[in-house]
Amino acid sequence: MNLRKLGLVALGAALLVGGISAPPALAAETQYFPSLVYRTGPYAPNGVPFANGYSDYLLMLNERDGGINGVKVEVQECDTAYNNDRGVECYERLKGSGQSEPTLFNPLSTGITYALIERARADGNNIVSGGYGRADASDGRVFPHVFTLPITYWAGADSMIQYVRAQEGGSLKGKKIALVYHDSAYGKEPIATLERLAGEEGYTFSKFPVAHPGLEQKATWLQIGRQLRPDWVFMWGWGVMNSTAIKEAASVGFPMEKFVGIWWSASEADVIPAGDSANGYKALGFHGVGAGFPVHADITKHLYGKGMGAGKETVGDVLYNRGMFNAVVASEAVRIAQGKFGKRALTSKEVNWGLNNLEISNARWAELGMPDFARGIKISCADHEGAGSSYVQQWDGKTWSKVSDWIAPNNSALRPAYESSAAQYAKENNIAMRDCK
Amino acid sequence: MIYREAGQFKSSYGADQAIFPIRQDRIALVILLALAVVAVPLFAAPYWLETILVPFLVFSMAAIGLNLLTGYCGQLSLGTGGFMACGAFFAYKLSTAFPELHIVLVFLLSGLGTAFVGILFGIPSLRIKGFYLAVATLAAQFFLVWMFNKFPWWNNYSPSGVISAPPRALFGDIYLTGIQATPEIKYSFLLVFVAVMALVAKNLTRSRIGRTWMAIRDMDIAAEIIGIRPLVAKLSAFAISSFYIGISGALWAFIYTGSVEALAFDINRSFQVLFMIIIGGLGSILGSFLGAAFIVLLPILLSNAPTALGLEISVELISHMEFMIFGALIIFFLIVEPHGLARLWQIGKEKLRLWPFPY
Repeated sequence: MNLRKLGLVALGAALLVGGISAPPALAAETQYFPSLVYRTGPYAPNGVPFANGYSDYLLMLNERDGGINGVKVEVQECDTAYNNDRGVECYERLKGSGQSEPTLFNPLSTGITYALIERARADGNNIVSGGYGRADASDGRVFPHVFTLPITYWAGADSMIQYVRAQEGGSLKGKKIALVYHDSAYGKEPIATLERLAGEEGYTFSKFPVAHPGLEQKATWLQIGRQLRPDWVFMWGWGVMNSTAIKEAASVGFPMEKFVGIWWSASEADVIPAGDSANGYKALGFHGVGAGFPVHADITKHLYGKGMGAGKETVGDVLYNRGMFNAVVASEAVRIAQGKFGKRALTSKEVNWGLNNLEISNARWAELGMPDFARGIKISCADHEGAGSSYVQQWDGKTWSKVSDWIAPNNSALRPAYESSAAQYAKENNIAMRDCK
Repeated sequence: MIYREAGQFKSSYGADQAIFPIRQDRIALVILLALAVVAVPLFAAPYWLETILVPFLVFSMAAIGLNLLTGYCGQLSLGTGGFMACGAFFAYKLSTAFPELHIVLVFLLSGLGTAFVGILFGIPSLRIKGFYLAVATLAAQFFLVWMFNKFPWWNNYSPSGVISAPPRALFGDIYLTGIQATPEIKYSFLLVFVAVMALVAKNLTRSRIGRTWMAIRDMDIAAEIIGIRPLVAKLSAFAISSFYIGISGALWAFIYTGSVEALAFDINRSFQVLFMIIIGGLGSILGSFLGAAFIVLLPILLSNAPTALGLEISVELISHMEFMIFGALIIFFLIVEPHGLARLWQIGKEKLRLWPFPY
């Protein structure tokens, strides 16, 4: 190796590094939305539509309304590849790189959420883990900066049980329910709730962990389909695990109508690879499906019509809509905080106030061009879940459609569970609970 | 010209056997350490400390551990991730069960526990070698991660299986883990801790035990004939290597990420550390640091570079480019210098000693 060349390479590298640490220029009237995405890696098929939906909605606000009350929106992405240490690195990189303080972070992975909760607490940043992350972060007294809106995994498990109970004619006594789950922090979340409900409702509950990434499920499904023969199967899967499970369920002849996935097992990327065998498969959702909302027309007109936008083919996908949902939450929090602090770029702390007082009513959803897109959400100091609801959607081979009414989780039973879990966390980590009186 | 050792006479065995026999090296080392101890925590941005230097130091520790086993003793291991998980979960159990235990003691004890696990999984090395041993250590990797995932006792029955490092002070009010810990404290502690452990490792390899490892590595039958007991040599290599790797796992969980699940220590982690020592240089403590720096810093540098240069490139393209450049660089290094960066460094030093009159 020519040492002179090596020296040049090293020098070039050193110069680059020098460039990186230069502080970003500050301009006042831009609100900065950092976005942790995964457009690469094993879960990219799920990550891409979400990232597109998030940035499309926010950038559409710039084009259609000139920003949020005149404050322009800036979106910066960093690719985590769904990898926890990359997620931490991205968070550290993005938190200081915008033109204003970061509005909020969507870690978009339960593992990354866990890794960021305490960092964000120390830095004064906000985390919105909508439909993932720590369920007990719904207790705003212990987690003033984390928001689980609109609904947690525990509430999702509760809603699934409510749905199947209604389908079974009001009682689950003597029924058999199986849970097929990704053997990770994410997949284990519903177990405690389902076990508690098993005692209350009288069904027998069995668990089937699937090792990451979930391509090998033959034995699991033979056991389910041939030996256990449950009445219902629930799934907490992610990525390629979902379509594999659907294929295997079909191959052992398990009826798809009795197979219900969580909202992360509910996208086009999960059912299309399974082909016709996926017809009839059900899953929970907490926001509307399809590209038929007025806001989609706005995005098409103001972004794609002008040659902008992140990816036209993903518009209206389930996960695209979920990205939009999160973007609405973020932009509405800013709007509400602007009502108190003035129409300018806000700090993270001011946005935190907006999130703590967030209210998106059913009427507001309609005003935003998304009638009946999601149920009304109302966050309070103590309740960071916001009493959201979910519904059951079903795949017919071409599209997802809504097949149940909105199901409100039984929060009177879930709330004490959140609070005791959060209290234990507070005790282990010496966190003083804030007073919400 | 400045790098010349003419006139430096050694008048004792001690001076002759020093780790850095050349005076200029010693001066450079002192300057480097002074920079690292004083200047870096003072002037580096938190982003640098938190996401670049901290993981670099933690990985250096893991790489030193694996280098002792693979580079010095010649026992190929793919169980690094599993042993790191051991360290992390042992440390978690220890520090939650005995909150009054000092955090440094927790790290050392978790390393000790991992050393025993290492011995257990090192036993097959007495019978099998090379690829077959790699497969046996692969079993350790999968078994350990499975165990920590399977039994909720390990994570104190947390519903999600994630362990979070409890806040622990280094002394008094200076917290090393948890929310109150500042990046400066984390970095400074790791720097001192890893430097001391590296010094111990360096001296181990220069001592009797290190020489028996190298004899086993170079030819185990010959080593046995001249009186080295393979049992002691191989198992001590497994034990000490696992000790280092276990501590690095505990540091990873407690100081770097703050919370981990067992899946964070999957097979990819093992490969990552193995690549570090291959690129850095097998059988070299310096190589462990260089390899860790290469593997940790390069992807971050590559993903930061386009933004720093003001280029508008979409994130997915950056990610893909990063993979390609990284892969190409690894191949390049393996072709140009299969003995790793440490060997490059050594060649550079040799040339510098003769410069400007090479022969």
